[in-house]
Amino acid sequence: MSDTSKIEIRGLRKSFGSNEVLKNISLDVAKGGVVALIGPSGSGKSTLLRCINLLVVPDGGSVRVGDTRFAFGEGTKLVDVKTLAKFRATTGMVFQHFNLFPHMTTLQNVMEGPVTVRRMAKADAEKLARAQLAKVGLAEKADQYPATLSGGQKQRVAIARALAMEPDVMLFDEATSALDPELVGEVLSVIQQLASEGMTMVIVTHEIAFAREVADRLIFMRDGVVVEEGPARQVIDNPREAATRAFLSHFHRIGALPPANAIP
Amino acid sequence: MYQWDFGILWSYRWLFLNGLGVTVGFTVVIVVLGLVFGLFGAFGTLSRFKAVRLVALTFIEAFRCTPILVQLIWFYYALPILAGIDMTPITASALALSLYGGSFYSEIIRGGIISIDKGQSEAGAALGMTPGQSMRRIVLPQAIKRMIPALMNQSIIQFKNTSLVSVLAVPDLVYQSQVAAHDSYRPLETYTAVAVAYAAILIPLTIIVRRGEKRLAVGE
Repeated sequence: MSDTSKIEIRGLRKSFGSNEVLKNISLDVAKGGVVALIGPSGSGKSTLLRCINLLVVPDGGSVRVGDTRFAFGEGTKLVDVKTLAKFRATTGMVFQHFNLFPHMTTLQNVMEGPVTVRRMAKADAEKLARAQLAKVGLAEKADQYPATLSGGQKQRVAIARALAMEPDVMLFDEATSALDPELVGEVLSVIQQLASEGMTMVIVTHEIAFAREVADRLIFMRDGVVVEEGPARQVIDNPREAATRAFLSHFHRIGALPPANAIP
Repeated sequence: MYQWDFGILWSYRWLFLNGLGVTVGFTVVIVVLGLVFGLFGAFGTLSRFKAVRLVALTFIEAFRCTPILVQLIWFYYALPILAGIDMTPITASALALSLYGGSFYSEIIRGGIISIDKGQSEAGAALGMTPGQSMRRIVLPQAIKRMIPALMNQSIIQFKNTSLVSVLAVPDLVYQSQVAAHDSYRPLETYTAVAVAYAAILIPLTIIVRRGEKRLAVGE
């Protein structure tokens, strides 16, 4: 284990019924590192991401974020809900479908974590929440309900909500997959800004060009195993494995350029 | 041709009012108690522990799938012998009606809770909430809004079900009207008046519920 690694995953296994979705996965994320997880649907990348904050409890292996480590499988105790909750409070997660709380204003959404989980005084939480909303460019939407926002705005509120917990690590689960194409950019630029500030992040994405720009490492998964891993640009520009090449051939890899093999 | 004479009922007005008071009071008690039972039942069926789910389900189905009239009689005649306790007709019927209502309330509450998208409790968990916190802060506030029309409808049914307690000689509106009918030899007038009294209370209530349903549908 290196001193700088923020996330360390060893031998992770997970099955849903007879379907083995993660087969012995190991992964390290350096402090301030940005790792992009790519792969076809059903490859296990979302499950892997959800194992990092234990939203999905693994069947075997170990997960460490910062100084907190959990081991799973035979001979290990089930983690109790209080410990689990405390652990999750240190990681922020952003979901594909935003999952904003519809009965609260955007400000209340962002205040909810600090007030309920961190027991912060309302006035302090409001100050923090307004600062986070300003950071994602939505200060003026504080008193609106999520239903009145565009998809891109919703996702930016969701990012602000996660950031209000002042997490050590941010996890993005296909954060732009449910957005109209013209709204993707505003969310990606917020993520890019976080990366430049040194936030440790794991990003599950289909935006290959974005992953190439922002991620320093890239992991390509298929059928529950890591097929290829390396510096993001290197893997995207010169994939070693045939499976990686086949997958990447479906995407625009660099900026707005079409992939070379798509030209008839 | 029958000669209607509703004027004769006037001399029984205190009897009717008394009965109406018992009916309304009884409804309040069994709705409140029923909601408490319903809450326990709902959380029981949603428990992480299989044994708890099984017990809750057994109770709910036992009360949902037997007639309330049978339950009333059973609670008054059979339960005291089995449990070795004495129960007044009022206690027995309050208990039976509350448990009966509770079994329906619990299905409504359970349905409301599970109708909330799983992403909501996941988002709560991801923020570091315990399951209890996310239930209280995130899921229930949204679920209750959806439950209210069905809970109101069930309470209206409960109001009508109180009429059955007359079989255990609880002096509700129906029981008192039986007294009045026997005394006056005017059952047609008496029972017509009772039917009108129930409708006069419930029709405005159903209109309120329907308005509420429409408002909630717009808000969704």
